[in-house]
Amino acid sequence: MAHHSHEHAEAHPEVGHVVPVKYLLGAGLALLVLTIITVATHSVDMGEANLPVALTIAMVKAVIVALIFMHLRWDRPFNLLVLVGSALFVLLMLAFAAMDVHQNEPSMFNGNAPTAESTLMEHAPGAPVAQRRSTNGGAGN
Amino acid sequence: MTAHDQQHGHDHDHGHGHDGHHHDPNLAHHFDSLAQQFDSAKLGIWLFLATEILFFGGLFVAYAILRMRHPEIFSYASHYLDTIMGGINTCVLIVSSLTMALAVRCAQTNNRKGLIACLVLTFLGAVGFLVIKYFEYSHKLHDNLVWGPKFYVPPHTVEGQEEAKLLKTAPAAPGAAIVVNDPAPFAIPDLAKKPAVDASAVKSASAGPSGIARASGAPAPAPAAEPAPGPEEEAHPGTHLEDPNMPANTHLFFAIYYAMTGLHGIHVLAGMGILAWLTWRAVRGDFSSKNFTAVDTGGLYWHIVDLIWIFLFPLFYLIH
Repeated sequence: MAHHSHEHAEAHPEVGHVVPVKYLLGAGLALLVLTIITVATHSVDMGEANLPVALTIAMVKAVIVALIFMHLRWDRPFNLLVLVGSALFVLLMLAFAAMDVHQNEPSMFNGNAPTAESTLMEHAPGAPVAQRRSTNGGAGN
Repeated sequence: MTAHDQQHGHDHDHGHGHDGHHHDPNLAHHFDSLAQQFDSAKLGIWLFLATEILFFGGLFVAYAILRMRHPEIFSYASHYLDTIMGGINTCVLIVSSLTMALAVRCAQTNNRKGLIACLVLTFLGAVGFLVIKYFEYSHKLHDNLVWGPKFYVPPHTVEGQEEAKLLKTAPAAPGAAIVVNDPAPFAIPDLAKKPAVDASAVKSASAGPSGIARASGAPAPAPAAEPAPGPEEEAHPGTHLEDPNMPANTHLFFAIYYAMTGLHGIHVLAGMGILAWLTWRAVRGDFSSKNFTAVDTGGLYWHIVDLIWIFLFPLFYLIH
């Protein structure tokens, strides 16, 4: 249905691409299964790995939505470039914004949210991090 | 066509010279072909979607910075979100995205009934999403799990509600407005007077329900002064303020939570408007295999709303 002959296409100038139902249903099913998987991995303690695993699954889901539901697999590549390009620019903004995240000394500015260490200093003074901080007055690096 | 064209042949000869057959009613005059018209519309909607991604991108960056600086707030406060409700909402959006993609297919294959059915189902998915979100929001608002100083007001008590009311009504100088009342049992006057410099000094978490009052130097309210809690209050014995493990500045999590899910919710609302408009046009019989661009582009908008939720869900609900 999607691949008319050239003559046919001229007689009935159809545009776009008709995605087969099985692709759509398959994509929907895959998205639901991945949602269940990501909720299941949530209850497993993987330490530092929990966030990357969840984000990877989200990324796979996003690719499925973009390629199948949003037709990008059959669409003009330039539209894909627009999507990927905007995502890359968000990452660029994140990269530059993240560069100095740990370079601030929050205690220098009253009212700024304290760091994890200063929170521990107040609420769990026995914690090793808090002890290290309290010995140098909490104002050093 | 013939008589008209012959009468005005001089004016139109150069313009319509290549246009031997009759003009397609679906083709605007400034496009050469339906394909060109379609590609232009698609490029236009994709450029709009790019601005949407950048729009949400700013909030995602804010989220990332907050979480990098205060991981303890996120891992703690995430447990106040209902993973089941969030998961159901994710599934609702995915299914509505599927019905939207099927709607585009129905429009392309001249299946008017299927198109209307799929659009209505997609619309119902949007309604379902917002209904679930309403239950989530109202429960949190009831528990004072909100942004700003109200987060530190004890919920479910008459005093707490009065404080919240004062916070809401006092416009410029909230401290002055509160002075009218007996300030002793209230912690908020202190907070309200200098919120900018002292916001992080609210140590309610470790000090218990009356912690704010103690932190501000005021005497803790006597238990006898508290009105007898009704059955509804008794149903929520422990609030976040009584949790000794709550890290400082947990309200920041709820600020970014409401900002991001709220902006997303506004997009769902806008999507409902688009879906209603598409349904109306589908019932009118506007769409066919030659004219389905509006369904396609509206669908792309709906998919990007789904796409953003796919990232919001793990970032807020699934923090271990």
